Amino acid sequence: MKRVILTLTLAAAPLIVQAAEFDVEIHNPTRGLYYTPLLVTAHPPSMKLFEAGEAASSELQAMAEGGDIMPLVTALDSAGATTVANPAAGLLAPGETTTAIVNTNNATANTQLSIVAMLLPTNDGFLALNSLTVPTQPGTYTYNLNAYDAGTEANDELRGSGAPGQAGMPVPPPLDPVLGTNGTGAASNAEGYVHIHRGNLGDTDTTGGKSDIVSTLHRWLNPVTRVTVTVK
Amino acid sequence: MVVHKHMLVLVPLAVLLAGCHSDSDDDTLTSSREFRFQVTITNLTAGQPLSPAAVVIHTTGWQAFTLGESASVGLETLAEAGDNSDFIVAADTDSNVLAAVSGQGAIVPGATAQVTATAAADSQSGLLLTWASMPVNTNDAFAIVNAIDISGLAVGQSETHLAISYDAGTEANTESADTVPGPAASGLAEGFNADRDDVRNAVYVHPGVVTQDDGLTTSTLSGSQRWDNPMARVDIERLQ
Repeated sequence: MKRVILTLTLAAAPLIVQAAEFDVEIHNPTRGLYYTPLLVTAHPPSMKLFEAGEAASSELQAMAEGGDIMPLVTALDSAGATTVANPAAGLLAPGETTTAIVNTNNATANTQLSIVAMLLPTNDGFLALNSLTVPTQPGTYTYNLNAYDAGTEANDELRGSGAPGQAGMPVPPPLDPVLGTNGTGAASNAEGYVHIHRGNLGDTDTTGGKSDIVSTLHRWLNPVTRVTVTVK
Repeated sequence: MVVHKHMLVLVPLAVLLAGCHSDSDDDTLTSSREFRFQVTITNLTAGQPLSPAAVVIHTTGWQAFTLGESASVGLETLAEAGDNSDFIVAADTDSNVLAAVSGQGAIVPGATAQVTATAAADSQSGLLLTWASMPVNTNDAFAIVNAIDISGLAVGQSETHLAISYDAGTEANTESADTVPGPAASGLAEGFNADRDDVRNAVYVHPGVVTQDDGLTTSTLSGSQRWDNPMARVDIERLQ
C-alpha cells in the first residue's frame, strides 16, 4: 500500500532528479537454500532479463542451471547496463546478507533494477527481481522476491551437472554433506517457459527415494529473498 | 466465532492533570489525542488455527523482530506456545510502544476476529502497527504484518495487508506430537521450551510443514495443515 502511495506522489512531482547511487542489500531468509553468485544490475527499461511465460534466453539458462552469470554480464555490459557481479564473493548461505552499491552517475538511462541468482538445491530455480523502477526519492524501500523456474531443465532433484542442457543439480561443498544420494529421480520434464517455481518435493530418505533433496531442509514458501534498497 | 473487542488506553499525565484542573487554562493539557484503530484478522489457511492476536501500536524505536536475527523470548513464547502474554508485557514496557493489546481466543481457519487498540499521542505522525499470531499446528511459526505505517489513515479509512509466515528459529521443526501445541497434535505438547535447537537461532521465512502425508513419518501433522502465503488478511481501520 505504501509503495503505491509513494508512486502517486512521485508522479505529481516530475522535477525530482534520477537517483544516481543506491545500496542494494540482499538477505537470504530461507531455511536451507543457497544462492549462487548474485547478479545485481541497473539497466534501461528497454531490456529485461526474462519474461514470465516465455522461454528463457540461453544466458538466463546458464545462470539458472549452473549459477554462471557471465553470459548475462556480457550481454548487460554490451547494452550499457550498470552491473555488480557476485557481491557476496561466492555462495550466499541461508541467513546471510550482502550489499551491492550501484552507481548510475554516468548512465542515467539505467532506471531499472534487476537481481537474479540460482537457488540451490534446485535444477533450474532462481530468485528474481525483474526490472523494478528504482525509486528516485531518498529513502529505504523493502521488497520480497519470489522463486522462479527457468523451465529449461527437468526438476529431477538429483545430483548432477550445472552445465546448460545437462541433467541434475550442481552440488558445491556446503551442500555436498547435506543432500541425499542415489535417488531414482522425481518425474519431471522441462516446462519450456519461465514461471513461478512450484517448490521442491524432496524426501526424507538420504540414501535413496525419489529425490536427493531433503524435504525437511530445502522446501520453501515465497518469498525467498528480502531486498532493501536505500536511495541516497 | 466469537468476536471480542478489547481496548487498552494509555492515559498520559497531561490528561490526568486536565481531569484534576478542568477550570484551568488547558492549552498545554490537550496536546495528546487518542487514535483508535480496529484490526480485523481473517485466517486464510485450511488447517492452522491462529493463536490470540497481539496488536501493537508503536514508533520506529520498537520492532517485533528483525529478519535474520534471533527472536526475543517474548516472540519465542508466542511462536512456540501461542501465548502472547510475555510478548505484550515486554512491548508495553518499551517507551516506543503506545498500545499493546491481546485478542480473545484463537482464530480458527476461515474465521475473522477483531481487536481494537488506542494510542494516545501528540500526533499521528510516526505511528506504526504490528499484528502477530502463531499458527498453532507448527513448532515455532508466526504470522505477522510488521510495522505498518498508519500515520496517514483518516478516520473511517481502512487498508488491507497480507501476512506471511515466519519461523522464529527457536525450535526444531520436528512436527512431532510432543512439540506441536495445536489441536492437530496430542494436546500434550510442552509449547514453550527455552532451548534453541533449530537450524539456526534467527528468524527466517517459514518453509511450511512437510507432514506425515508427505513422508515425514515422525510428523503428527497431515496434509490439511499445510499452507501457502499469504496466511492471513489484516484490515486496519482508523475509528478515531
